[in-house]
Amino acid sequence: MSGELATPKFRRGVRLRFDEARQAWVLLAPEKMFTPQGTAIEVLKRVDGVRNLAAIIDDLATTFQAPRDVIAADVAEMLRDLSAKGVVSL
Amino acid sequence: MTRPVAALEPPVALIAELTHRCPLSCAYCSNPLELERSSAELATADWLRVIEEAAALGVLHLHFTGGEPLARRDLSRLVRRAAELQLYTNLITSAVQLDDRAMAELAEAGIDHIQISFQDAVADLADASGGLKGGHVRKLAAAARVVAAEVPLTLNFVVHKGNIERLEAMLVLGEQLGAGRIEVAHVQYYGWALRNRAGLLPSREQLDAATATVAAARRRLAGRVTIDYVLPDYHATRPKACMGGWGRRALNISPSGKALPCHAAQTLPGFDFPSVRDSSLADIWAKSEAFARFRGTDWAPEPCRSCEHLEADLGGCRCQAFALTGDAGRTDPACALAPDHDIIARAIAEAETGAALVPRRIGGRRASV
Repeated sequence: MSGELATPKFRRGVRLRFDEARQAWVLLAPEKMFTPQGTAIEVLKRVDGVRNLAAIIDDLATTFQAPRDVIAADVAEMLRDLSAKGVVSL
Repeated sequence: MTRPVAALEPPVALIAELTHRCPLSCAYCSNPLELERSSAELATADWLRVIEEAAALGVLHLHFTGGEPLARRDLSRLVRRAAELQLYTNLITSAVQLDDRAMAELAEAGIDHIQISFQDAVADLADASGGLKGGHVRKLAAAARVVAAEVPLTLNFVVHKGNIERLEAMLVLGEQLGAGRIEVAHVQYYGWALRNRAGLLPSREQLDAATATVAAARRRLAGRVTIDYVLPDYHATRPKACMGGWGRRALNISPSGKALPCHAAQTLPGFDFPSVRDSSLADIWAKSEAFARFRGTDWAPEPCRSCEHLEADLGGCRCQAFALTGDAGRTDPACALAPDHDIIARAIAEAETGAALVPRRIGGRRASV
């Protein structure tokens, strides 16, 4: 991991999609399913393998008009958790 | 759009058992003893309709399994339709037929994930277990094809007393082949596996050694390879919440189109399981008596009814309760609190003496494709 210069991306076999039947975002992985809520959805929608962490945090801070350091801490914690679950690589 | 009735969540997974045909004849197979013949199988158009209905109903994961799904020539067509509908497609295969052409077709169709079964870490022993000479080498080549096609790969090892001593070598094999995930599954005792239980069930000591091996490998491979470990409920004190609950998370469609809450449910007497030939998946899920019968916990007998663990394990597995006690409505004997728990102790004792294995077969001979 190299701080905010790291570019998070979904590990192979992991997909984020909107499910019409449940009216919810779902994160699909081999034999696993997660239903992210709230801000997690906004973060995951920005994980495209192109934008680095800094760009994702900037975008969220602007979109939600929230203090950048608060967003940065939340995003880092969430991505660490998803990395431990094998969903995202940093 | 068809939606289930209020308060009933849509199924998360559809398990499509495309065929019971299989080039292997593993004695631990959990397919039913009465295997369905190819002449009874659903046609391509039926499966395409089932896939469309599944997507509309809210299914997210579609597991193609069998038997050997690659025995169906229309597999990649079905995968393509599922991928178009954004279903997450998983192929559960022995992979001995996964040649260059099959792999290219599947990748092009949009397969999301492939799980290959291995019978052992040593070729001769694996071939003896699967009943197909040269099978193991073909699987190794197939695994390399999956990785080369950049499709995520899981290696699945079903462990039992005939191969459990080589678990470490199996995990190393999985790592070497480039699997992102390794599934170590103790045999589940249904169908052929139940018939062969005395020759398969490991001792408590063997199980504990295997569990320690998995724990060590998880530490070694952390962040690189995920290891999922399915414990044998015969050595547990609480039963498993089978399928995440009867009619709660998954629908299983048999090769001939029978809709079941799980693949082993076909063995239960006194059920009229609906067929996808006559009913829509939405009606089956929401209205079928067979799916409603053991849904939730209202059906539960004592000692489950007043037990603090009921919400966690849902009384265990209905098919195992039937297979071991003759009554699908009893507490799963795998539970240490079950009145029939002594059946489990007897099975463990019986397995200490062992027994010759009977290979899985359709109509009295080793299966061929």
